[in-house]
Amino acid sequence: MVQIHDFVFILSLVLMTCVLGAFVFVVVYSADKTDYQRVQPKAYRLRRFLFGVVLIGGVVATASTISPLPYASEQETQVDEVQIAVEGKQWYWVLSQDHAPVNTQVTFNVSSGDVNHGFGIYDSNLRLLAQTQAMPGYTNKLVHTFKEAGNYQMMCLEYCGLVHHAMISNFSVTEVKTGSEL
Amino acid sequence: MNSLNLNPLPSLARKGILTYLGISAVVYLLMMLAGLVMRLAQAGLIAVPPNFFYQLMTAHGAGMVGISALAASAVLWYFLRRYVELNVGILWANLVLFLVGVVCILGGVFVGGYAGAWTFLFPLPSTSMGVWGVWAAASFMVGLLIIGVGFLLFYLDVIRAILTKYRSIPRALGWPQLFANSDAPMPPATIVASTMVVIVNTMGIVAGAVVIVIMLINLFMPEFAVDALLTKNLIYFFGHVFINATIYQAVIAVYELLPEYTKRPWKVNKVFLAAWSASSLMVMAVYPHHLLMDFAMPVWAAVMGQILSYANGIPLVVVTAYGALTIVHKSGIKWDPASGLLFLSMFGWTAGVIPAIIDATITVNNVMHNTMWVPGHFHFYLLLGLVAMLFGFMYYLVHKEGQRTSLIDRAAFLLYMTGSAGFAGMFLVSGMNSVPRRWAAHLPEWVSYSETASAFAILIVVGAAIFAFRFITRLPQARTV
Repeated sequence: MVQIHDFVFILSLVLMTCVLGAFVFVVVYSADKTDYQRVQPKAYRLRRFLFGVVLIGGVVATASTISPLPYASEQETQVDEVQIAVEGKQWYWVLSQDHAPVNTQVTFNVSSGDVNHGFGIYDSNLRLLAQTQAMPGYTNKLVHTFKEAGNYQMMCLEYCGLVHHAMISNFSVTEVKTGSEL
Repeated sequence: MNSLNLNPLPSLARKGILTYLGISAVVYLLMMLAGLVMRLAQAGLIAVPPNFFYQLMTAHGAGMVGISALAASAVLWYFLRRYVELNVGILWANLVLFLVGVVCILGGVFVGGYAGAWTFLFPLPSTSMGVWGVWAAASFMVGLLIIGVGFLLFYLDVIRAILTKYRSIPRALGWPQLFANSDAPMPPATIVASTMVVIVNTMGIVAGAVVIVIMLINLFMPEFAVDALLTKNLIYFFGHVFINATIYQAVIAVYELLPEYTKRPWKVNKVFLAAWSASSLMVMAVYPHHLLMDFAMPVWAAVMGQILSYANGIPLVVVTAYGALTIVHKSGIKWDPASGLLFLSMFGWTAGVIPAIIDATITVNNVMHNTMWVPGHFHFYLLLGLVAMLFGFMYYLVHKEGQRTSLIDRAAFLLYMTGSAGFAGMFLVSGMNSVPRRWAAHLPEWVSYSETASAFAILIVVGAAIFAFRFITRLPQARTV
């Protein structure tokens, strides 16, 4: 299945290639000297078309991505949701529990005990699934439903000092709810 | 109103411009070497202790943005003086303050050990777990402050000179022509761009100065409470506006030089004026796209960040990039390193903002923010966009008319272009694979990306070294007008 990461890369590549194509086309024909008065009107007409395409693209992209948003305030709360408190500290995570059941809404209440951190959830293929910032003085609610059981890692995604790159915690997602969730 | 001053530059002004650019060329090379060292370290090909890695990262981030701003301000000054009378003393004062600031920054980083990144997010500068002291952080931030004061002086002189001739900011932005159908001559592109830069970057620098002063007080008086989210907003507003204003200054070289190369005018019309006025507002309002993963921010700010990020791309694509394509198409342009780099810069800027705009989509940002995707897009439009504009301008200054382009210059162009595209491309591939940014050591699964990126980085360094060498050794033959 194509994940959003791959889709974003492919989309970027396609659009960047279109831009490259336009520039290469112009370079190839740059040596032919034509009166600017003949080039300009055609170019202006094409620009109106380009403006329309970009505008429609922007509207479609906005309409198709603006809902649902990943923010907790935008999510519907499930009855059996699991609440986990997360505190980022230089340079480790403190989680109120290090496991959660599969296919259950988990709300991570993320804060920081010192500096800014970034709480990123990685799957076993090292793909980032969701994230939020961990900030002193604030609690950010990250709502996530794990679709597969297995081992996950919580990595720091905001530079926080000397050992930032080693700020990793393990997290397991289980098929069957453990005692504390029953 | 739009008469040109094509008299030779006063000697002190010429020396000033060339000093700005000479320093920039050397610092670019040094900062690129720092970048190469970081990628080699992430590839595991050399051993770099984490504290030194993060010091390099801090110097690289602040250094690249700072030196780009210096070089871009030279572009602005060089062309703007053709239209208005600028103060040479202020040009030099900015340079002196810049160098004093650099000394403070380098002292803080390499003597004091400060490694809190250019972002200096509160309260990291004061909370290093003993890695660096308060004075190191203070030295870094005071350095930024001094540099900011220099640029503020520079912009105040720019707007003084523009207002002396155009009498009001709306006139300099062409609002009478845009909104009141005035038949007065359109202001030149350089005037419009310079006015926009002054407006947005004054706001940016003042925001930066405010947050730095707040954090300096907190450094020495921790009981002076500071809100982490407020400071983050101020820092990203400052950082976002400052780097964007740098690009908007450098693009003046494209507006001025592509017409010279193609013998076609870069016509300022209502579309152009509307685009620049819209950009002035959007470049300031769009900064919340850096805070999409700060869930404490209001949702409306995030949505505004996404929508304005899309909208902000329109003036670039439809006006500036498209304008460059139009002016070059079937123009019989003579390609040389300057025209080649300037045209390349329009490709790099336009193509590079595509992954940036996509990243401003909130649902995308959820899985891309603070991964290598971010340095992927900004290295693309800075290396192939901004830096290409600036090296193109340097070549223009020292390239004699009719001088043949040597094989070495062609090779440098190809090396730089290929290296930059590959280097930024590897960041994007790494981002697709969720590799976090700003990690001194990478997991084994990610090492191959850094290895490939290192090879491309070597190409960039070689290409840029030739650019810098060419510029510096040809300085005596630099243009006088």
